[in-house]
Amino acid sequence: MPTPIPPIPPSEITPQATYLNRRSFLAAAAAAGVAGSAGDAAAASIADKLNAPRNPAYVVKDPPTARKLVTGYNNFYEFGTGKYDPMASADAMITRPWTIEIGGLVETPRTIGIEDILKMPLEERVYRLRCVEAWSMVIPWVGLEFNKLAALVNPTSAAKYVKFTSAVQKETMPGTRLNVIDWPYVEGLRIDEAMHPLTLLTVGLYGETLPNQNGAPVRIVVPWKYGFKSGKSIVKIEFVAEQPKSAWMKAIPGEYGFYSNVNPAVDHPRWSQKSERPLPALFASRQTEPFNGYAEQVASLYAGMDLKKNY
Amino acid sequence: MASSATAARRPAARSAPWWRDPVRLAKPVVFLAALVPAGRLLHGVFVDPEALGANPAETIEHVTGDWALHFLLLTLAVTPLRRLTGWNGAIKFRRMLGLFAFFYGVLHMAAYVAFDMNLDAAAIVKDIWKRPFVTVGFASLLLMTPLAITSTRGWVLRLGGAAWSRLHQLVYPVAILGVVHYWWLVKRDITWPVIYGTVLAVLLGYRVWQRLRPRPARARAGA
Repeated sequence: MPTPIPPIPPSEITPQATYLNRRSFLAAAAAAGVAGSAGDAAAASIADKLNAPRNPAYVVKDPPTARKLVTGYNNFYEFGTGKYDPMASADAMITRPWTIEIGGLVETPRTIGIEDILKMPLEERVYRLRCVEAWSMVIPWVGLEFNKLAALVNPTSAAKYVKFTSAVQKETMPGTRLNVIDWPYVEGLRIDEAMHPLTLLTVGLYGETLPNQNGAPVRIVVPWKYGFKSGKSIVKIEFVAEQPKSAWMKAIPGEYGFYSNVNPAVDHPRWSQKSERPLPALFASRQTEPFNGYAEQVASLYAGMDLKKNY
Repeated sequence: MASSATAARRPAARSAPWWRDPVRLAKPVVFLAALVPAGRLLHGVFVDPEALGANPAETIEHVTGDWALHFLLLTLAVTPLRRLTGWNGAIKFRRMLGLFAFFYGVLHMAAYVAFDMNLDAAAIVKDIWKRPFVTVGFASLLLMTPLAITSTRGWVLRLGGAAWSRLHQLVYPVAILGVVHYWWLVKRDITWPVIYGTVLAVLLGYRVWQRLRPRPARARAGA
């Protein structure tokens, strides 16, 4: 059946105490040396608390969307095209060891491990998320400004764009065996967009490390653009001179442009973007804001540009 | 439905008590089974919202749209089933299946009007005009409406069997438009539209084949 009524996520059925105990059980098993590498992989997929104070400069007046919706309803085509697919199958993704290769037009290219990113000063920011499919959420992310990571590699003045490449694990990602997207998933930002303080290198949500279905262990969050611009499970970051061609630009060029800024005045060819449905509401009751409510911070990046053409 | 004519030809069928008539026994079962998807949605809306997932409006739109298509294809499967198996009782379910296609189609449209369009009449007209996948979906439901209205025995008699049959051939464009509607709305993964399209092509292809094959044999059989 194409539209099953969504199953209840296992974490909702299991009592919280039992669920948490699973973690101590795994820890104990790993300590006893009986779990081996399988135990480590499983332990890595279970959320760990992050030390990240909330940054009061980045809050949203609407209440955050319930965690189980944030982690249960995702567009992550590597795990299938259904939005309940990632929750069901992302547990298998291997997130340790994990490195990001950072290179291109930089003075000091390097490969950085997820452990090192987690050691950098993290903060919590509450951002709006607006999906191109006209639904929205409010999510407390944990991460650091992308420009802090960029500073480690010293981009040269020739770098005009940043290209983000997501992981492909054929064995654990059933969606990558389909031809829906030209894998790997690639996204890009203009250098000034990438270096903007709102652009967050994200390692967690709701105070814990990212669940796999949300793009573990590290992803980008660009809150003034439609959600698909924020690449998940990043393995490679390149500073480049030419505008990168994103996965969706390749898949449906007539519908997805490079910029993809949230814009109520530019409809998707197949549906209106004027309003949005703040999940889990039934009605599309919220008026979509230009730049998803971040116009004050980012509108100047696009001064003089025709945003109807540069969609 | 031509049940009176059937009864006249086969008087034995009329005299069978209802508890020994498999068709009459099965009808209420099929009716209740056909209501199960709608019942689950109602239960979700009024009793257990979490059962409808993170995006309840989307779940309602998808489930009602899926079932409108399922019932359309089931309706179109009746005649081939009857011809291939010789089981004439199948025809007794056709009206019910067709009306359920219309029922789920109306719910599907109602969900779109309420949840996507916030009941804004001007926005709805504009949306139907502007977006091809909405246009064909709306056209499909619109063409189904006269079929639902004239589905009663009274209307068959009023129109006459031949005219009624011609009118009800509208079900073919209705089904084609329904599948096209689904095909055009999916973002990238066309697996399911292809499956529906294939089933529809087989059901319509069977009819074309029936028309095109040599006729004398059929004429003799009918005589």
